[in-house]
Amino acid sequence: MSEPVRFMLDGREVEAAPGETLWQAAERHGTVLPHLCYDPQPGYRPDGNCRACMVEVEGERVLAASCIRRPAPGMKVHTDSERARSARRMVMELLVADQPARETAHDAGSRLWQWAERMDVSESRFPARAAPDADASHPAMRVALDACIHCNLCVRACREVQVNDVIGMAHRGAGAKIVFDFDDPMGDSTCVACGECVQACPTGALMPASLVDADGVDKREDLAEVPSVCPYCGVGCQIDYRVKDNAIVAVRGRTGPSNRGRLCVKGRFGFDYVTHPHRLTAPLIRREDAPKDAAADIDPANPYTHFRQASWEEALDAAAAGLRQVRDRDGGDALAAYGSAKGSNEEAYLVQKLVRTGFGTNNVDHCTRLCHASSVAALMEGIGSAAVTAPFTACEESDVVIVIGANPTENHPVAATYFKQAAKRGAELIVMDPRGQALRRHATRMLQFKPGADVALLNALLNVIIGEGLYDRDYVAAHTEGFEELKRHVAEFTPEAMAEVCGIDAGTLRAVARLYAGAGAAIIFWGMGISQHIHGTDNARCLIALALVTGQVGRPGTGLHPLRGQNNVQGASDAGLIPMFYPDYRSVEQEAVRRRFEEVWNTALDPQRGLTVMEIVDAVHAGWIKGMYIMGENPAMSDPDVRHAREALAGLEHLVVQEIFLTETAFHADVVLPASAWPEKDGTVTNSNRQVQMGRAALEPPAGVRQDWWIIQEIARRMGLDWSYSGPADVFAEMKQVMPSLDHITWERVERESSVTYPCPAPDEPGLDVVFGDGFPTASGRGKLVPVDIIPPDEQPDESFPMILSTGRQLEHWHTGAITRRASVLDELEPEAVANLSPGELRRLGVVAGDMVRVSTRRGVIDIKARADSAVPDGCVFIPFCFAEAAVNLLTNPALDPYGKIPEYKFCAARVEPL
Amino acid sequence: MAENHEPPRRRRHPGGGRGRGRNRPRGRQVDPEALEQVRVLLGDRPRRRDLLIEFLHAIQDRYQVLSDSHLAALAEEMRLALAEVYEVATFYAHFDVDRNGSAPPADPTVRVCDGVVCEMMGSQGLLADLPRTLGHGARVLPAPCMGGCDRAPVARVGLRYVESANVDSVTALVRGGETEPAIPAYKACDAYVAEGGYTLLKECRDGTRSREDVVEQVTASGLQGLGGAGFPTGRKWQIVRGYPGPRLMTVNADEGEPGTFKDRYFMERDPHRFLEGVLIAAWAVEAETAYIYLRDEYAEVREILSRELPRLREAGMAAHVELHLRRGAGAYICGEESAMIESIEGKRGLPRHRPPYVAETGLFGRPTLVQNVETLYWIRDILEKGPEWYTAQGRNGGAGLHAWSVSGRVAHPGVKIAPAGITARELIDEHCGGMAPGHRFKGYLPGGASGGLLPASMADVPLKFGPLDDEGCFVGSHGVVVLSDRDDVKAVVRNLMRFFKHESCGQCTPCRVGTEKAVALMERPSWDEPLLGALGAAMADASICGLGQAAPNSVRCAYRYFREELS
Repeated sequence: MSEPVRFMLDGREVEAAPGETLWQAAERHGTVLPHLCYDPQPGYRPDGNCRACMVEVEGERVLAASCIRRPAPGMKVHTDSERARSARRMVMELLVADQPARETAHDAGSRLWQWAERMDVSESRFPARAAPDADASHPAMRVALDACIHCNLCVRACREVQVNDVIGMAHRGAGAKIVFDFDDPMGDSTCVACGECVQACPTGALMPASLVDADGVDKREDLAEVPSVCPYCGVGCQIDYRVKDNAIVAVRGRTGPSNRGRLCVKGRFGFDYVTHPHRLTAPLIRREDAPKDAAADIDPANPYTHFRQASWEEALDAAAAGLRQVRDRDGGDALAAYGSAKGSNEEAYLVQKLVRTGFGTNNVDHCTRLCHASSVAALMEGIGSAAVTAPFTACEESDVVIVIGANPTENHPVAATYFKQAAKRGAELIVMDPRGQALRRHATRMLQFKPGADVALLNALLNVIIGEGLYDRDYVAAHTEGFEELKRHVAEFTPEAMAEVCGIDAGTLRAVARLYAGAGAAIIFWGMGISQHIHGTDNARCLIALALVTGQVGRPGTGLHPLRGQNNVQGASDAGLIPMFYPDYRSVEQEAVRRRFEEVWNTALDPQRGLTVMEIVDAVHAGWIKGMYIMGENPAMSDPDVRHAREALAGLEHLVVQEIFLTETAFHADVVLPASAWPEKDGTVTNSNRQVQMGRAALEPPAGVRQDWWIIQEIARRMGLDWSYSGPADVFAEMKQVMPSLDHITWERVERESSVTYPCPAPDEPGLDVVFGDGFPTASGRGKLVPVDIIPPDEQPDESFPMILSTGRQLEHWHTGAITRRASVLDELEPEAVANLSPGELRRLGVVAGDMVRVSTRRGVIDIKARADSAVPDGCVFIPFCFAEAAVNLLTNPALDPYGKIPEYKFCAARVEPL
Repeated sequence: MAENHEPPRRRRHPGGGRGRGRNRPRGRQVDPEALEQVRVLLGDRPRRRDLLIEFLHAIQDRYQVLSDSHLAALAEEMRLALAEVYEVATFYAHFDVDRNGSAPPADPTVRVCDGVVCEMMGSQGLLADLPRTLGHGARVLPAPCMGGCDRAPVARVGLRYVESANVDSVTALVRGGETEPAIPAYKACDAYVAEGGYTLLKECRDGTRSREDVVEQVTASGLQGLGGAGFPTGRKWQIVRGYPGPRLMTVNADEGEPGTFKDRYFMERDPHRFLEGVLIAAWAVEAETAYIYLRDEYAEVREILSRELPRLREAGMAAHVELHLRRGAGAYICGEESAMIESIEGKRGLPRHRPPYVAETGLFGRPTLVQNVETLYWIRDILEKGPEWYTAQGRNGGAGLHAWSVSGRVAHPGVKIAPAGITARELIDEHCGGMAPGHRFKGYLPGGASGGLLPASMADVPLKFGPLDDEGCFVGSHGVVVLSDRDDVKAVVRNLMRFFKHESCGQCTPCRVGTEKAVALMERPSWDEPLLGALGAAMADASICGLGQAAPNSVRCAYRYFREELS
């Protein structure tokens, strides 16, 4: 089907594009045929079942469904024949017979009703069937199958588009029924609430609960739509806010390059935090009678036990005065700042510029330190670039997809849809993770290796690839350096020797190595399971070596892709929110670079690299750092050994926190500046795929709240800087001056196109998805192979602490929970802290699922509810770090990776006891 | 060191505090005990998707019902979604899905045929009386045509076939616990070989006959597919051979058209003549694997084929093709070739859209030869006696011999080997001993439930593919049901529409909703002719497959030929 096809449409000769269906060709030529089961959105194949789009093809016995039928040369098609029209009308009349009346419809503006109206079918001569009961068991969605037309779109949405596999079409004939799992109530099913089905449903049988009244009837609100981008993970899904009365009533997935209309539960249902009563709406200054206390536990609904309200003027003056005092007294290095990976690129740029030019130090960092700092270190060293070499959608062209140390169905749900689709298409999906996960069912191979044994596993793969001569000799010769040393080094890491170490048998290791090396195109995705170890950089070095020796990089379907966590961790890093780099990863320690920035910023700059997140905490304890400015970060929850971090925060002479809620970090603030939430501001963000995307304000901020860029600028002015940006577009223009990565990407272009990938070769050409086809931006132009040794995790289980504690996220909650626990649907779905343990481990402990257990490590103790989860191996306990009431970071080990300075969140020795 | 930590204080958290966290991951979790049972049951069989229906049978055979815990365990073991298993299990009428762990249904299950012929012969009375007599000793269910129309009414007690069933005979079997199939005397492998069977196959395989010649002869014979569609067999073989391999073959033994029982007849008497046809066809199109898809109702045939297929393999007859017997699960639609292919793949039996045709993209996406049992049965005769012999058998312009399933109000119903092109009157008079005593010929269904309805005044039309088209009728599977003056056309037509409603797969609107609304309209005392007519036209024009397209045939014929009976 690579040739256009000429055929006759209603007596007119027309041309169909290659692969086009009759429906598509007709639409392009001005005839829109009714369609219910066919959704022209990307990812939805036509199914041809509703028969609302029937057309007559001359010479054929029966009519044809235009949505699924492709034209043949010379075919004579009639869309408007009496036969075709009466069949289409009869189909509508049959369907309308069983619908609730339009007056009480769940979605009066549904595609079904729109077409019924256009075809003038408002009533039916047929008797109605008995209406099935409604299902209101899910907090976010309403199921009312009385409106179901069995078009199968929700099944395709769930099974083929999102590959969540919850919805099915059970029974048959007139008894056919949409079911969740085993015809379970939606709220009790395995549904992950991505809401794809709701978005796809053409009748209102599946609706966002927020759009219908208690009886399930359409509220018929007039909703404004604002296109933007989701504020949660690094996937960067484009969204449409649906807004009424300055509130987000619903969210719809937009067709962005990374999400193609798909969303997850957070992006679709997680937005009412914006109007949560805890929102800070006035600046706060610490009361003099409220001394700082590392163990403080303040009610975020009532900050006035510890703070007093202040005017903006007073608060900004106080915030800046405290910082100025430290700077002027102790020097800039006594100050530090955390910017935010949840803010915009422009905000990130301003924060680092404030610190470098106003504070006079490079002590600026953000949560990249806690997620992919080690990956960034290894990538910079190995290939001279910290960003992904290919987007996650590249896996559509891969034969082998490796996902290691990542749980994307929970943490990058929309990216995971592409991995699952790749497996469905027949690609090898190889999942490597100590913990089982939803992706396991889709994987062709699941390697549940021993926690912390990454290097043993990966070196064994390198051993096989090099030892068996499976590497790409030409590629190695042309594009790499250090091969001989790597070859010598991995020679001793035979699969047979490593099997015991990593817990995967030698045969499997060999098979996986051969699959990866032998694949036409193979790609590696990784997450925090790789990076959050003291050997995180080494883990990433191994992955880079795998790709380099096999030449699995730089071509379609190949690459290295660390799945970025925060929505803008890529952009914040690019913008220079890192202590050792100016924007675009230019070293602060290279004089020529520094000179250039001094010129642009018109000030002298600190030639020393700054301190990282964990080093800053230690420096506070050591008394070197006395003042901090923290914008949109919550180290009092997210740092390892968080008691230590809280003590540091409480011990600061001056702490300014810019936030939307009174977070655990803000408990220790001297000044709290109420910030704007993502849906209230304009700005660009850069996702995991290097796509720079436009976030647009959909709401007016609450009275008393200011734009973040404005707040940063006001502090900067009070620190003596003469800033006069008029808004984010201004800032973006300045960023372009110092960031070649933004060449050919202007604010106006991002506004117009919503998303532009960097690097971008021309103003009118799309950016490059896959990079490094012919070498790397390193000094030599070659990729560097770095051999690594096995370093065991810092703290091994022993008699007192016999288990392994690992931490991470869960689908419904974001990071430290500050936002998502205030989003009503997300809070209802996961309302309390849980520790995941295997059923066998629970039995051994004598604990029933749902009981409280005490989890302790050398650093702390928490009491938490036990959840039986067979994905967790025996001997391990997994706890998400989003729960303030049982903050697992009280327990985690602050030992750092020496290169990336990232803590070992994924492994420490712990004890679990019944309570 | 940790021993010195303060016991933790329960801190505040920003959540709303509504509800309680789950003790387990979302949704149903797998019960380890059920998982172990399923693993034992499945043994070392590969956990392939296409075996799902086989595995569901295995579980139900062993545990009587498909409990939710076993279904969840099966999903886990096969790495399928819960919904995927559930939708397949609930699609097929013979699976009893038990979601609530309630007591299993009374054993045995008695299925009473409520097909058109059995209903004419009183099965509704049986369905009314049996539960009263059997009480809790059995579960009595209505079931669609079981292929015993010449001995109507029929029932099944467990797997035991009961012909000319009455309350006493069924009760005796239930009380006596006789629920296993009674295997009829049939010609086994040795006997078949002794009288020259499989010589032809050997000639094919040893090069005495070439594939080209065999295909040529089958083409010359004019043999047409006898499952109902009448596609020329030789041409089909040529088409399939024309697509690049690997190729597959499926044998449609899902005979289910009401009034049709000839495939069962052959398989219960002379299975090897049919199997030789399978092996020759597979050889001719070079199919690697052949799947015989047998309807679940034919327990006797299943037993026979289970015995005979291994013998064939042992005797080396099937060295060129891997043979699999697959068991249906109670779905008429799986007689539609693409629905059958879906079912063999372990899915719900939803007919596929065409194009592409199954000859090109069939089972597992490969070029596939699909043949009906009877079609294959005739292969040996045609090749041994020559295509001319076969073509010469016809009458009234027809060509070839067919097995006619004749039932209803004739003196001697049964399978009649008679020429293509024979008329209904000739069939009744020459082969069936005329009408049953006391019955006057009123009309007939020329092709089961789908082929329409003709009056006695049209009993002289040659019954073959083609001439009935003008009447909106077709011979299809050659199941001729004869009606008499004692039969109520309205009841007959309503029975047929109920059958289609029951057996619609539900995929497309005109059939799923159309059959349901048609039955509702036809259950009213007075029928709405314009509405039924408009509905029938849309069903015929817009349904995906033959089921929905043919469902309105008998209603349309009734209005055309028996209008006075409908008012």
